[in-house]
Parts: sequence; structure tokens; C-alpha cells
Amino acid sequence: MTNAAVHVEGQATQHALHAYAHDGVASGATHAKGQQHPIKLYLVVWGWLFVLSTCSYLVDFFGIHGHLRWSLILLFMVLKAGLIVAVFMHMAWERLALAYAILLPPVLVLVFVGIMVFESDYTHLLRVMFFAPAS
Amino acid sequence: MTETTLAAPQTSPGTIPGLRGIAADWASDQRAFKHVSWGKAMMWIFLLSDTFIFSCFLLSYMTARMSTTVPWPNPSEVFALNLGGKHIPLILIAIMTFILISSSGTMAMAVNFGYRRDRAKTAALMLATAAFGATFVGMQAFEWTKLIMEGVRPWGNPWGAPQFGACFFMITGFHGTHVTIGVIFLIAVARKVWRGDFDVERRGFFTSRRGYYEIVEIMGLYWHFVDLVWVFIFAFFYLW
Repeated sequence: MTNAAVHVEGQATQHALHAYAHDGVASGATHAKGQQHPIKLYLVVWGWLFVLSTCSYLVDFFGIHGHLRWSLILLFMVLKAGLIVAVFMHMAWERLALAYAILLPPVLVLVFVGIMVFESDYTHLLRVMFFAPAS
Repeated sequence: MTETTLAAPQTSPGTIPGLRGIAADWASDQRAFKHVSWGKAMMWIFLLSDTFIFSCFLLSYMTARMSTTVPWPNPSEVFALNLGGKHIPLILIAIMTFILISSSGTMAMAVNFGYRRDRAKTAALMLATAAFGATFVGMQAFEWTKLIMEGVRPWGNPWGAPQFGACFFMITGFHGTHVTIGVIFLIAVARKVWRGDFDVERRGFFTSRRGYYEIVEIMGLYWHFVDLVWVFIFAFFYLW
């Protein structure tokens, strides 16, 4: 062990001891085991992600337009994002305290989206009224 | 291996499951994230902050597109390719999407084999993930080159609203940077896995801390996030 390592160790010991006492039985057990799920689960999710991506590509390929296009795009997007976060990132098996702490804040971005929709409508209105190209 | 933690939330004495658990965990006067190591919790918090960065990019794109009086270039046509004499819309982006999803699949399996302490398979799957990632970045470089040759600039393009170029370069450029960093991160961790660092709990070069196979999962979180961001870019920028 190098000098640097010893030094860092010395500093970290107190903290580490505290942390280990804290974790105790609970975390020790989960560390050893980790996230263990059958490989088949990942392959199934992988397959579904392929299907969903193909579907969203086909929306464009067949040139679907209007509200149907937007709702289909959003539907496939949300399903794909959900599968990735829940299974690949293992959020489905985490405790709710973590899941809500991470997943709720991005939902609040929707408020920002709302604000910017009003703002860009207003900008668009002003541009049409005062800066419309003279044709 | 058949009876896994699928149904069993990792409960142990002293932790309460369900919604009541949220209040109990946060009010426990201890660490709020039970059974989650600091490394994993910090990666999640970093990803949350990165979510806001990409949200801001997509929001500014939305604002530019909604407020312009000039028609927006049709991405279906802009990103079309002529393959074998046929004109196929958006095909390059579709292939890139499948490549990135495949890389997420191999990454998820690498995490699984890591926790089974299968050194060779973990390293091989991580390198496969890195190869998919590098392919993705390569195709993105091709796409950028093609668009720049066709005259797309951050301040204008031949097809319509001048903001198209700025949004395109900003959003895909930032995402491509994330993929590139991910590939480097993957190769670094794959090397450690292959060398057996996590079997002998060798201490890290920078941190002097013992390594665990959990770093593969933390690395995986980052990689899946990159894929996740692409899901949103694909939907909002290329398909909308």
C-alpha cells in the first residue's frame, strides 16, 4: 500500500466506520447479491424496445399526420422510456423513497413546458402582427 | 436463478415497504436512500441534473419551432437516404436508434453477469456495448458531415427556419458527447473487470477505495440514460 493510500485511509477511517455501522446488515447483504434477474427478462424488454422503435418509425414511414401522429409518437416514447427506466435501470426494484426522489422532479418540467408554450404563442403572434414578410 | 428478486422488494428489519416507507425513509434521521450505495445514489442524482439540461435543450427547440413564422424543415426528408436506388425517409436515424437500443441490451446483461462474478462475459458484453456506442457516434459524424455539405449551418439552412441548424447541432452534439464519454467510461471499466480488479477488491487509482462489481451497474445507469435521452430526441426532434 502506498503512502497516499495510507493517508487517505486514515482520513476515511472514521467516516467508513460510521458508514459501515450504519449500513449494518442491510446494505452488506444487498452488496453481495446486487440486482439479480433472469437474462430472459432483459431479452424480452430488448425485443419490446425493438418493436416499439419500429412502430414509431412506421408512424413516419406511412406519413401519418395530425393528432394521431403526435399521440402515437408520445405513446411509443413513454412506453420505451418506461421500459428502460423500470427494467434496464432497475428502478422497479428500488425503494420508493429513491424512485419518487428521482422520477417526480422531471415531471415538474411539464410546468416549464406549459410556460414556454404560452410564451412562444405570444412571440409568434407578435411576429405575425409586426414582422410578417411583405410578400 | 429462477426465483429472483422480481417479486421481492429488498426488505429487511427496520425498513417499511410501500408509500409509508417513503415517509419513514426520509424521516429516519439517517440516510434517506436505504439499500442504495452512495455511488449509485449520486449517479441517479447526476442523471437527474442531466435530465434538466436535456429538458432545457428540448424546450428551447420547442420554443424556437413554435414561435417561428417560417416553415420548419421536414426532418423526414432532411434525414432521408438513397439506399439501393430507393429513397427511404429517416432510415439513418432508425438504424442509429436500433444500434443504441442494442447497446442498452448488452449493457443490461453485462450488469447481470457482473453480479454473477462472470468476469469474461461481463467484460465482453461491455466491450460490445462500447462498440455499438462507437458505431452510433460514427453514424452521427456521417450525418453531421452530410448536413454540413448540404449547407446546414447554426444560422441557416436551404429548407426553412434558420433555427433548425442551431437546434440540431446543439441537441445531437450534446447527446453525441455523452455517448463518447460513455464509450470511454465503458472501456475503462471493462478493462478493470477483465483484469479482475473487482474479484480481488483492488483499490482504485484515484479514489483508493475498494472496487465492487456495483460499478458496472452504476456505469450501466449512465449508459441507459444516454439511450433514454435518445428516445426523447428521436420522438421530438426527428419524428415530430
